[in-house]
Amino acid sequence: MLSFVIRRLGTMALTMLCLTMVVFFLINLEPNLKKLAISQTEMHTSAEQLENWLVNHGYRQNFFVRYGQWLGVVPKQPVTDPATGKPAQRFSFCNDPVVPTFAGVLEGDFGCSTKFKASVASKLFPALGATGILMFWVLAVMVPISLLIGILAGMREGSRTDRVLSVASIASTATPEYVSGVIFTVIFASWLGLLNGSAASASQGITFYNFTLPVMTLAIYGIGYIARMTRASMVEVMTQQYIRTARLKGLSFGSVVIKHALRNALIAPFTVIMLQFPWLLTGVVIVEVMFRYQGFGYTLVEAAGNNDIDLLLGCSLVSVFIVLITQLISDVGYAFLNPRIRVQ
Amino acid sequence: MPVQYISGFTVVLEVLSRFWPVWIALVIVMGASYAYKKKLALYGQLFDSGVGVVGVGICLFWLFTAIFAATISPFDPLAQVPIMKDVLPGAIEPQSGLSYLFGGDKLARDVFSRMVFGSQIVLIIAPAATGFALMVGITLGLPAGYYGGKIDTVLSFLANLVLAFPVILLFYLLVTPGIMDTPIPYAMAGVFFLFPIIFFSVLFWTRYKNRPDRLYILLGITLIVGGWIYLGLVFDKDPLRIVHIDPNQLNIFVAVVFASSPGVFRIVRGLVMDIKTRDYVAAAQTRGESPWYIMLWEILPNARGPLIVDACLRIGYTTILLGTLGYFGLGLAPESPDWGTAIKDASRLLRSFVHPALPPTIALMSFVLGLNLLADSLREQSMKD
Repeated sequence: MLSFVIRRLGTMALTMLCLTMVVFFLINLEPNLKKLAISQTEMHTSAEQLENWLVNHGYRQNFFVRYGQWLGVVPKQPVTDPATGKPAQRFSFCNDPVVPTFAGVLEGDFGCSTKFKASVASKLFPALGATGILMFWVLAVMVPISLLIGILAGMREGSRTDRVLSVASIASTATPEYVSGVIFTVIFASWLGLLNGSAASASQGITFYNFTLPVMTLAIYGIGYIARMTRASMVEVMTQQYIRTARLKGLSFGSVVIKHALRNALIAPFTVIMLQFPWLLTGVVIVEVMFRYQGFGYTLVEAAGNNDIDLLLGCSLVSVFIVLITQLISDVGYAFLNPRIRVQ
Repeated sequence: MPVQYISGFTVVLEVLSRFWPVWIALVIVMGASYAYKKKLALYGQLFDSGVGVVGVGICLFWLFTAIFAATISPFDPLAQVPIMKDVLPGAIEPQSGLSYLFGGDKLARDVFSRMVFGSQIVLIIAPAATGFALMVGITLGLPAGYYGGKIDTVLSFLANLVLAFPVILLFYLLVTPGIMDTPIPYAMAGVFFLFPIIFFSVLFWTRYKNRPDRLYILLGITLIVGGWIYLGLVFDKDPLRIVHIDPNQLNIFVAVVFASSPGVFRIVRGLVMDIKTRDYVAAAQTRGESPWYIMLWEILPNARGPLIVDACLRIGYTTILLGTLGYFGLGLAPESPDWGTAIKDASRLLRSFVHPALPPTIALMSFVLGLNLLADSLREQSMKD
């Protein structure tokens, strides 16, 4: 088991290395650098001045040198102040060093956000915290509801309950966040006036009034999918021999479902819930933009829209890390839950 | 001059009657399918279950809407009539006497016509992109599953790389206006659009290797038609100027294919690993058939069931992806009538006007729902066998 996890962690590190390099390459394409230079300098700057800005801020160094600097295996060089000729800070707003130092991701320095004029760490981690709260509530709503629907549907395959719940879960998987968000806002905020159509005030304090719509919107897309998987797993378990034996021994249907079937039927949904995280990540971006909640997704969109290189790299690193770590947890957890599976 | 309105009941009647070509086509196709369902194999079996009929019905409805869009919609989706800004459903446009059935949006365009024309964009890009993703996924997944070993390790690692990207980040990186200035989208298009040509060439080559009369005709058709479309799509140099794609749309297309082919790859790989242990594969190997013949003519036809189901789900998922792109204003032109863009525009003004938001959301939802129902009932029917 330990060697399996170590091997997986190795692959994970390699994947993250490759992916960040791809992201780094794509963000640093010439048109994107131009856009950054234009947004960072005064209006009506000549092409020459734009080029100067890029050179002065170190954007014209060799690709691999810059990637190495970001990673922290190549020392970051201070820039030369054109007026005095002395070494100066690259960006004054986040304490860049004035002597060459190793200050990359490996050292825990995520760089400098050009859009927010602050260090990436000071923007990214509070945003992640805010998204964490959102995620907690989404999971707290989504997991029990979807498991319940799945179990009720899969308990008696082909029954009326099964048909109705199955169609309902198919309908919920056909409703992406930007559709359900609009529909819920129209119903609950515009027509009934029960809930707030914006979660902007949730940064100060979360209330039922401002936080229900985002949580509902985000949960609904996942509910259908997890419920379908739970149903499939439940249906399979219910046809097993030991369930029939338990029934023939004279146990009631309810106690067979709860004591015998449930434990085995919940192994597969665990994997599915874990693998649902990457999908939730996309949903988070949509929901946070739609309801103006200042979390990770909002930060990602701001970073991408303004070509904020370091912030976007930080966001990619975090999201790729989440995807990979949940995959690992799902594999390891599956092996723990299901004694028939042995990982080599 | 105040805008005149028609009543709610008339709006419903009017909407239903505007769709007349769709109803006629639906009745003909559904009736014919139902009458001949015994002869139509898997497609015919769909008509045995209520879910299947509803799924087929919704999908066909949107297909015919896209085909007859010009007849159905009363107005040009891009035309702006200043007096009709933000009007409620049923407002009568004074010049033509026709009404804005679902009201007007903030730029005074007809919401109904935009919804109808939006279906065209979705129904062209989503199935086509899924088709290309299938080609790429199958062509790479077959050898990965069949040979295993190094090929499998490398291809699976690459597929996992792409799958580890959150889709939204991928789109923000790949579908930006800036990237159009670089050769990246064209290079990717060049690679992806090569796969169908390779696929069909190998398909015919393995089957008709010893029958030159058939082989040359089929290969010739593949190379000429494939090459022609390839020239038109990738280089925009179609000699006859028929095949043409907007650079914007090419970019979206490539990004969507890129995002969904690893998923197909994984499914095909898994299916092949399962099927290659069957007896008929062993028999073909003993006969001395070439590996590619076995993959394409023994394994692939037996994997078609799950692949068709996956393709249905994937078209729906691609529709959602296109909507996401529109919602974030990536790639598509800002005035484009596609559903995602319409949802984005309308959702910003929900506090004041609700009506422009509902038609595109319901359209998108119903189309994806139709595809999901179709996939579900296909799965059930194929499991019965």
